[in-house]
Amino acid sequence: MNRMRKNRRQSQHHWQDNLRRMLSPGTILQRHAQVALDSLGRLYRNRLPTLMTAAVIAIALAMPSGLYLLLGNLERLSGSWDGQASLSIFLKQDITDHSARALFAQVDEWPEVESVQLITPAQALQEFSQQSSFADVLGVLEENPLPYVMIVLPAGDHIDPAAASALRDRFSQLPETELAQLDLQWVQRLAAILAIAHRVILIISVLLALAVMLVVGNTIRLEIQNRREEILVTKLIGATNGFVRRPFLYGGIWYGVLGALIAWLVVEAGFWLLSEPVSRLAGLYQSDFSLETLPVQLLGILLAAGTLLGLLGSWLAVGRHLDAVEPS
Amino acid sequence: MIRFTNVSKRYPGGFEALSNINFHMEKGVMAFLTGHSGAGKSTLLKLVALIEYATRGQVILDGENVTGISKRRIPYIRRKIGFIFQEHHLLFDRTVFDNVALPLIIAGYRHQEIGRRVRAALDKLGLLSKERLYPITLSGGEQQRVGIARAVVNKPMLLLADEPTGNLDPELSREIMSLFSLFNDVGVSVLIASHDIPLIKELDYPVLSLQQGRLAHDVAGAA
Repeated sequence: MNRMRKNRRQSQHHWQDNLRRMLSPGTILQRHAQVALDSLGRLYRNRLPTLMTAAVIAIALAMPSGLYLLLGNLERLSGSWDGQASLSIFLKQDITDHSARALFAQVDEWPEVESVQLITPAQALQEFSQQSSFADVLGVLEENPLPYVMIVLPAGDHIDPAAASALRDRFSQLPETELAQLDLQWVQRLAAILAIAHRVILIISVLLALAVMLVVGNTIRLEIQNRREEILVTKLIGATNGFVRRPFLYGGIWYGVLGALIAWLVVEAGFWLLSEPVSRLAGLYQSDFSLETLPVQLLGILLAAGTLLGLLGSWLAVGRHLDAVEPS
Repeated sequence: MIRFTNVSKRYPGGFEALSNINFHMEKGVMAFLTGHSGAGKSTLLKLVALIEYATRGQVILDGENVTGISKRRIPYIRRKIGFIFQEHHLLFDRTVFDNVALPLIIAGYRHQEIGRRVRAALDKLGLLSKERLYPITLSGGEQQRVGIARAVVNKPMLLLADEPTGNLDPELSREIMSLFSLFNDVGVSVLIASHDIPLIKELDYPVLSLQQGRLAHDVAGAA
């Protein structure tokens, strides 16, 4: 009898020690790691359904990230024209070297003009033959067919499209001018188109992010239904709502992470398939442009998005369905 | 350990399962709860287990008034209680070991501690050789013993058993009851709902008898 009491007292001491050990950060981390691994193991045991869910998430993640990457590449391409408005003034063929230089000196004094550069036909021919494969063709010509060209950079307060157009009109009216061209126009149009594309991809991204959350949420909801009995038993033997919730939240995170990994493979494979024809096309334009995918950053962004969306999706399902499972 | 003061339980729809129950079961006592089906045995156990709440009156568990307790506190009170069910509620996708370890995992014990305690509990119930098996491969009596191991592994102060021998033959029933006596001998309070009157009469423990929601005898400890 005495021994029994002593035992009981000892077990009470044990209890206090245990409480202290249980609350140490090491154990809390251990416990989370354990739950995370258990959830992963559960997904692994149901490989096929897991893979199918992850594939749906992957497609939803790969679509917007692939489109963003394509857009980024297009912007890089258009960015190589430095976006600064410049005017090309082509002078008439019969302008003499003397009058061209006189006009150049005169234009340089205009207040609207920041700087002006005169390209003689000889310089133009040399540059042209260096840059393109027309050198052979040009060599055949007896006479230089190229005119004098002035490249005009507008002053700071004439850079905006309206003022630059007004400046172009002033050049057009000069008797020496054959053609005055505002080079900014197509860059601006391209930029406007790219801005629309940005917006469209943003909308697609938001919708697909929602889709990922719903897919994860629905999967977790089914899992809660399947494990109803287990939830009831664990609640009856003293599980907190947090304890019951945790494996499902980790499950959601794992779905997101798996989806992100597959999405990364899909995007990288897609760009790899595109890279060859794109560089062939770039070659036709005398460019060494090639597609960039920034694989490390892409993986980081996809993993972050997948984790967050998976967690949010499972959180929604858990909040709606788990607390309703109570023993009765 | 358990004190009911003027406790009534009325279910939505007006059915009164328990009316004006008063009893006090002291710490370290083992008692039976008997009565026909529908007499309110399950409702009384559910009030103790905090699955249902009294409509009137006061329920005190281990000195704590649990009548209007907050939901957040419930899990911690339930950890003081070991539950044994008629259908034992084992998880069939987990081994015997994992089933018994569940309360310890919930309470956040360390890995080594869990192994030690689970094996001690399985040893006490003669199941040590079955720890790697799945419950489905065990006999009814063995499954019930796994359920008991799970209930006692956390060293609860109170064991609640709802018809623990309902599906067992008399021989096994006697064996299960003697297990409860063993736990009671080391100081655990035990409350067993059962309608196995012959077996209860064999054993010399106080009996709470419910008849249509009212307590007929109060012999459990001193009121």
